[in-house]
Amino acid sequence: MTTVLALRVAGLSWRVRPRAAAVTLGGLLLLGVLMALNMRIGDIQMSLAEVARATFDTASAGHFVIMDLRLPRALTGALVGAALALSGAIIQSIARNPLASPEILGVTTGASVAVVAGVVVSGSAYGGASGLLSTLGIPALALAGGLVGAMIVYTLAWRRGLDGYRLVLVGIGVAAVFTNVKFWLLTIGDVNDTSRAMVWISGSLNGRGWEHVRPVGVALAVLIPLALLGARSLDALRFGDDTITGLGVRMNLSRALLILAAVLLAAVATASAGPIAFVALAAPQIALRLARCAQPPLLSSAVVGALLTTGADLIARTAFSPVELPVGIVTAVLGAPYLIHLIWRART
Amino acid sequence: MRLQAAAVKLGYGERTVVDGLDLVVEPGTVTAIIGPNGCGKSTLLRALGRLLKPRGGEVLLDGKRIDRIPTREVAKVLGLLPQAPTAPEGLTVADLVVRGRHPHQTWYRQWSSDDEAAVSEALAMTGLADLAERPLDELSGGQRQRAWISMALAQGTDLLLLDEPTTFLDLAHQVEVLELVRRLHQAADRTIVMVLHDLNLAARYADRLVAMREGRVIIAGAPHEVLTEELLREVFELDAKVITDPVAGTPLVIPIGPHR
Repeated sequence: MTTVLALRVAGLSWRVRPRAAAVTLGGLLLLGVLMALNMRIGDIQMSLAEVARATFDTASAGHFVIMDLRLPRALTGALVGAALALSGAIIQSIARNPLASPEILGVTTGASVAVVAGVVVSGSAYGGASGLLSTLGIPALALAGGLVGAMIVYTLAWRRGLDGYRLVLVGIGVAAVFTNVKFWLLTIGDVNDTSRAMVWISGSLNGRGWEHVRPVGVALAVLIPLALLGARSLDALRFGDDTITGLGVRMNLSRALLILAAVLLAAVATASAGPIAFVALAAPQIALRLARCAQPPLLSSAVVGALLTTGADLIARTAFSPVELPVGIVTAVLGAPYLIHLIWRART
Repeated sequence: MRLQAAAVKLGYGERTVVDGLDLVVEPGTVTAIIGPNGCGKSTLLRALGRLLKPRGGEVLLDGKRIDRIPTREVAKVLGLLPQAPTAPEGLTVADLVVRGRHPHQTWYRQWSSDDEAAVSEALAMTGLADLAERPLDELSGGQRQRAWISMALAQGTDLLLLDEPTTFLDLAHQVEVLELVRRLHQAADRTIVMVLHDLNLAARYADRLVAMREGRVIIAGAPHEVLTEELLREVFELDAKVITDPVAGTPLVIPIGPHR
């Protein structure tokens, strides 16, 4: 039984896991189908044939609806899901813990605090401000908050090196503090402001346009190749510290660079769609089980993350139609039992 | 002389474990470091493998300070097996051994035919070819330790440092692992340094013994020079008789009781 194939071309060589490759390719096909189904839904319901015609026929009536409203929303969902899952796969590998995710790195909770603070402090004036502030302002706040949150966790966890276990513990503590600051801000804020903030902190894809696709798209285009370059070190970083050093890996440097990539991915994703829960946690673990690997495979994880987010958005928009739920509510409802399952498994 | 410690001072936190120790590892030999618990033998081995940076003195690899050589270059000539190593859950033997090729790979050359040959050879030498696809968690203690040695072997180094490779193993598996160490040495004239607890097995499987106490080397030499009744009293505070092992002809320690 071979589970690994050799791919060799003129001095270049890679190991290919057929199962992981199948999960990635099959997942991409399924993703296309789910995105097409998602684009049927809206004020004007379309059939799949109408979606296809509207996409490719620039003169058709639905072309604007598909290309400027529904496609960017669907793409944002898929890209954000992929970014979160990739971030989760990296963090779980470094922390050597399947329960680790960008939440414990302070990224998502930091972003939430920043956004809620921004909305509450700027008060009602914010609601009256131009569209530019609400589209640029919230993502920028979220990005800054996410990066600052990660820096706080990283600084507190660093002690002559980075230990995965200490990182998780410090991260959980910092997340608890951030979460309570967020709740406190929500209680002192104006009701109209806080309800708008609540939609954002649940994670929502509503009204996402090309301006949301671009930052995540660029971040993924840069960071996926970098993460794949680091995948070899990541494979080594899953071992104990002495083994890692023995293999000639510059442990602290590799860890720092990979965590930086994970933080950027999660921060950009959160800035675009809010902190969508559980995708970063669940997608790598699902991909790992589908591909039958000992560690989360990066590309498969990203595809599974895109699938989860797109699928959850489909459910969020159809389950209580015509009322649309924020996608983060659905991922949380689906994710909570999964988290319990993981903890249960870890116990036995 | 490939690996050498010169006046090294080693410790953790506030504590100094080894102060001003000199040791030359003879090339092409199997050396066992012995001594009572806490004497600094694992600490010394970790320093030789650049896992612990000396506070004073230096560790030299081929005449150069080991911490000034890029760690990846060190990994191409020096392989090591840490004490009680841990692997990710569900990892297969093959996945583990493949990791040993890390220092020889780049992002565009991750699985060359050299890599594949080294891994097959390492699996064959450790008798694990048939178990390659099995998860490590399902193996016996002895098989698992052989898998870790196999990983160090796939690294393709002449120098191997093994930190207590036989801990937690029953006697049959201890012998199995040490027979493997002996074969590795004989097959390619590898230089092996290991920390061992069992004096009789150390005497049987090592060419040289280094006896340590309180961070100092008391004596280094052939087993029959080192394992004497006086030394056992001095280093281990143990009253013992030393006879000749009827099987291997090496010294055999028969404890009488603690030194009073």
